[in-house]
Amino acid sequence: MFRILKKDALNQSVIRMDIEAPFIAKKALAGQFIIFRTDEKGERVPLTIADYNREAGTITIIFQIAGYSTAKLAEMNEDDYILDVVGPLGIPTHIPENVKKACVIGGGVGCAIAYPQAKQLFNSNIHVDVIAGFRNKDIVILENEFKACCNELIICTDDGSYGQKGFVTNALRERIENGADYDVVIAIGPTPMMKFVCDVTKEFNIKTIVSLNPIMIDGTGMCGGCRVTVDGKIRYACVEGPDFDGHLVDFDELMSRNSTYHRHEHECRMLKGI
Amino acid sequence: MPNMSLNKVPMPEQEPIVRASNFKEVSLGYTEEMAVEEALRCLNCKNKPCVSGCPVGVRIPEFIEQIANGNFEAAYDIIKTTNGLPAVCGRVCPQENQCEGKCVRGIKGESVAIGRLERFAADYMLAKTPKAPEIPEFNGHKVAVVGGGPSGLTCAGDLARLGYKVTIFEAFHTAGGVLMYGIPEFRLPKAVVQKEIDSLKSIGVEIMTNMVIGKVLSVDELIEMGYEAVFIGSGAGLPSFMGIEGEALVGVCSANEYLTRINLMKGYLDEYDTPVIKSKAVAVVGGGNVAMDAARSAKRMGAEKVYIVYRRSEAEMPARLEEVHHAKEEGIEFLTLNNPVRIIGDENGRVKAMECVKMELGAPDESGRRSPVAINGSNYELEVDTVIMAIGTSPNPLIRTTTAGLDANKRGCLIVNEDALTSREGVYAGGDAVTGAATVILAMGSGKTAAKSIDAYIKTK
Repeated sequence: MFRILKKDALNQSVIRMDIEAPFIAKKALAGQFIIFRTDEKGERVPLTIADYNREAGTITIIFQIAGYSTAKLAEMNEDDYILDVVGPLGIPTHIPENVKKACVIGGGVGCAIAYPQAKQLFNSNIHVDVIAGFRNKDIVILENEFKACCNELIICTDDGSYGQKGFVTNALRERIENGADYDVVIAIGPTPMMKFVCDVTKEFNIKTIVSLNPIMIDGTGMCGGCRVTVDGKIRYACVEGPDFDGHLVDFDELMSRNSTYHRHEHECRMLKGI
Repeated sequence: MPNMSLNKVPMPEQEPIVRASNFKEVSLGYTEEMAVEEALRCLNCKNKPCVSGCPVGVRIPEFIEQIANGNFEAAYDIIKTTNGLPAVCGRVCPQENQCEGKCVRGIKGESVAIGRLERFAADYMLAKTPKAPEIPEFNGHKVAVVGGGPSGLTCAGDLARLGYKVTIFEAFHTAGGVLMYGIPEFRLPKAVVQKEIDSLKSIGVEIMTNMVIGKVLSVDELIEMGYEAVFIGSGAGLPSFMGIEGEALVGVCSANEYLTRINLMKGYLDEYDTPVIKSKAVAVVGGGNVAMDAARSAKRMGAEKVYIVYRRSEAEMPARLEEVHHAKEEGIEFLTLNNPVRIIGDENGRVKAMECVKMELGAPDESGRRSPVAINGSNYELEVDTVIMAIGTSPNPLIRTTTAGLDANKRGCLIVNEDALTSREGVYAGGDAVTGAATVILAMGSGKTAAKSIDAYIKTK
């Protein structure tokens, strides 16, 4: 049982929780994830670790209410116990050597995963620009947190209601064309966003790391649900990822496979009234 | 006077037509009268060939004699001296290749139904309120067991009975390993597995769930924490795929995923949140027990057509005879000597068919089985919307890649000696992590060997 110590809403559909998980907190590194199960009848759902405090023995998760299970988690409150939390799973993000300048791109709730990456890079004395994209002003999250761990923060909104108008890819292209000499780009967000970021960086031959979010059950290399095609080969995101070289990932296949249970998800939410 | 009937007392079973749409256990178990009648078929041979066929050395003629005399509890106690999980083994062991394969009665007629009798004795006792367990006196030594599957549970049980304080570190939210996530309810009820696990807890075995060793703690850290020996029973790992076109289509999954959703995550029950693919026509690729379990589960989940697609002939199928027999009774269609060539998708990236080629048997291969060869021009399309791959696994990489000095072979299986000792002092291993995908009873046998070795190691340290 894992106690929720703190809960706050970052916008109307994104929740942040600090969870007591001393074993996980001791080992967690940027890029790794946990799998939670709210109750005996719940699904196992992966979430990236957004932050951790080794001394306090806590981990932070930030999640968007996207389906039935995240909605159930969002209904839980401080001092409630989550039945199962397992981790830290996956391989921590590996930053290539000799990186001097990095661009970290977050899309929507993906910013929650981009944040620990930016923080880790910034703390390693690397120049970090952050491009954070949102649909509109109302759902902007983590602005202050990002400001504290990057050289420059560019916020983009699709409708221009806050920051720069347009997609993260526009902002990225502008900066590259204006001479931002990035050694690496880290892109985390909806799969289409990661795909389009990779299209841009391929043009300029900039190494790009993406964090994939396939369907998963055990997260330990047993079920094979999380398999993705990278460089033409089957790779398992849970034990070989979730980070991969974005230029080699088959994003279309990932998007298609992630739609496997959409109908079930819809029925589940309808029937159970969420 | 022995019962000289040539045939086993038949096992009461749910009717095929009924059971093919429910997840309740297929075989209902012997009544007391049936068990006694069957037990009387045992000749109580002096040289006990059956015992030599058992990986954990169950004292078979002795327990059967007790059943014949109506002393069911005594029979159970005899089994328990060497087998920690009799209710499980009685159900899932491939007896025809083990104890029953060596039975003298099998030379003319059917062998004694050793598995059914073992199950009977175990179920008889599990139905009773358990006796207050005798908790062994703590001998001052701690042992860590990685993985709560058949090998880990066996190793933990044997060590606990010797007075060791044993902690099982289980990656999933519940212990049991393949007994929980893999083998379906209709073949091995989860309540039976849970009772066996509870009985281990009652003698002091501690089970820590949600602990992925290699991630949250390393093997070296376990040793630093004061565990004097570590047993690794981390089980089967990454499921294999064929490497053919179309395996990334929606509707293709591994048997591990399909079965885990249904068994561990209870996807067959409406009140659980886990989604399972809804299929009309399913092809299960493979010929082992896992393939049979997946096919029979698919039928129960409502598929109208379920095919087993296997590249060799039925004689080479590694599945237990009983599973093949039950699957056929339930209407599973066997396409033996057929091999998938590619999987074909529709415009939405969902499976709509699988192209197969017919095979014929050629010369024997290195496994001694005649190797299948494709018949040119015999390709055809099998109309299916789901393809389940049940063609094996490779061992889990998490521990091997995070423990220095732990040798593995080319396939990634941990290398151990005959005492189950790995290349690291104090670190033992068994089960699928060593052998690659094998059986429950072989895993249990290796857990038993390891427990004996660990006891000897700690005592002489």
